[in-house]
Amino acid sequence: MKIQGKVWKFGNDIDTDVIIPARYLNISDPKILAQHCMEPIRPNFSSLVDKGDIIVAGKNFGCGSSREHAPLAIKTCGIQVVIAKSFARIFFRNALNIGLWVFEIPELYNLTKEGDRMIIDLKKGFIEHHTTKEKFTIPQYPAFLQQIINSGGLISYLLKNHRRK
Amino acid sequence: MTITGKIIAAHSNRKNVSPGEFLMAKVDMVLANDITAPLAVKEFYATKRKKIFNRNKIVFVLDHHVPNKDINSAENCRLIREFARKFKIANPFEGSNGGIEHALLPEKGLVNSGDLIIGADSHTCTYGALGAFATGVGSTDIAGILLTGEIWLKVPETMQVIFNGKKRRWVYGKDLILKIIGDIGVDGAHYKTIDFSGETIENLSMPERFTICNMVIEAGAKNGIIAADEITRTYLKKVCRRTPIYYKNDPDAHFCRVLEYDVSKIEPLVALPHSPQNIKSVYELNRIHIDQVVIGSCTNGWLEDLRIVAKILKGKKVNKNVRLLIFPATYQIYKKALSEGLIQIFIDAGAVVCPPTCGPCLGGHLGILAKGERAVSTTNRNFIGRMGHPESEVYLSNPAIAASSAILGWIGPPEEIGLK
Repeated sequence: MKIQGKVWKFGNDIDTDVIIPARYLNISDPKILAQHCMEPIRPNFSSLVDKGDIIVAGKNFGCGSSREHAPLAIKTCGIQVVIAKSFARIFFRNALNIGLWVFEIPELYNLTKEGDRMIIDLKKGFIEHHTTKEKFTIPQYPAFLQQIINSGGLISYLLKNHRRK
Repeated sequence: MTITGKIIAAHSNRKNVSPGEFLMAKVDMVLANDITAPLAVKEFYATKRKKIFNRNKIVFVLDHHVPNKDINSAENCRLIREFARKFKIANPFEGSNGGIEHALLPEKGLVNSGDLIIGADSHTCTYGALGAFATGVGSTDIAGILLTGEIWLKVPETMQVIFNGKKRRWVYGKDLILKIIGDIGVDGAHYKTIDFSGETIENLSMPERFTICNMVIEAGAKNGIIAADEITRTYLKKVCRRTPIYYKNDPDAHFCRVLEYDVSKIEPLVALPHSPQNIKSVYELNRIHIDQVVIGSCTNGWLEDLRIVAKILKGKKVNKNVRLLIFPATYQIYKKALSEGLIQIFIDAGAVVCPPTCGPCLGGHLGILAKGERAVSTTNRNFIGRMGHPESEVYLSNPAIAASSAILGWIGPPEEIGLK
């Protein structure tokens, strides 16, 4: 699977209150959540994003609350991949659980700027900078998590592997 | 092994576990609230499974957008209520039987030493104060637990924090945890356990221990842990009917980092906008004027916190430019505050006493800040827009500083209103 899109850059410690403010957590419709994604720091973010775009961020992306609405809002904007120096642990779990790709590639941060175009080849496991042609390897998930992903997500994995009571 | 390692091992049929390992663990108690449970419940229904893993080990607390702030919130609460009824969930809490989840669960005896507790709320880590392994996850993970009673975990490394020495006047558990976050940063304990020990911790009350463990997530930690001692045992004996298991760190337990503090050097601290790591001593601040003070939350809404606040507010008036909102963490705490006369003192001083709810802490409802407004809050986060408008500001402090600031009209310690 190949994803092509432009880069949206964010700094360090982007928290879940910024990704989706809590006043919208009474909403479960992903389309409405997406309209408010990144609102406190980038109003209208969702209307600027094209499907396939990627977020490139600094360290500790998604820190703060456990709201699954955060990766859901990002994904529904059209973002399929977030690449960060590191992810806060709950956000990382939530992203995998709802099917948003999250990769930790620290060196990519300084080598990209907002608007750069990237090609992501998930099957071959690399990311290519459209202009500089520089290639970055997508790190492998730990085998345990790869099993969950291969099963089509956490719930399908559990249903397959857990004895029906 | 460390305490965290031992608890995880005991819940995954293992003798030993090592940091970095992935495994499936059995859950003693699973928790979700009116923000996170709806998604979990919907995912559970989508599987078309007819059974939940154990109705006695599921807790739902309606505490974030309650009393319902709007139609959507009301629908969410109804969805949870219907699920709880359908599956005969043993522990659904709301109204005067409820309160803020992380104060409520310990109070109801639903947290025991040695437990493994998973909650769809990042501050689930609070229960580490009772010697339990407790951490936050999202809604899908909760749906998985509703189905199977299990969760996948990566065994964390443990960082040790030792506090020795006597606290100065107006220094509380809140200041100790703010100090650590300030020193190591908001990802300083990324994926790790923080184990708290030392003479100061041994002399801390349960509420202060809860406050400390509550905010480990603000340093990126997976959980916090305090080994059970006499104070823990006394607390648990009063509330919890299950038999506790008290774990200790092995003498050769591995700690990835050790931090030692002389507490007598720590001053009352304030976290400046927009990060809990932005720490300054309250004595360094130069008359930062404020519009609102919020006292309460899962961090500092304990009875002990309210007593500190009442001592400071008694016979005084809140500054005319300041709105003071006080949220006892649970109805049990609220009732005790009433019978002790604390609520009377608050209202006489000009405070608005609100129902137990998470509302203002996360800018959900009640006490929302307007553009450019500034608040001092005893809560746990001061991110951009956390309590309202993206251009509002939140300063985090302990309850004493919050109370004296409400009287002063700017951020200042109780000494500034003449208290020693």
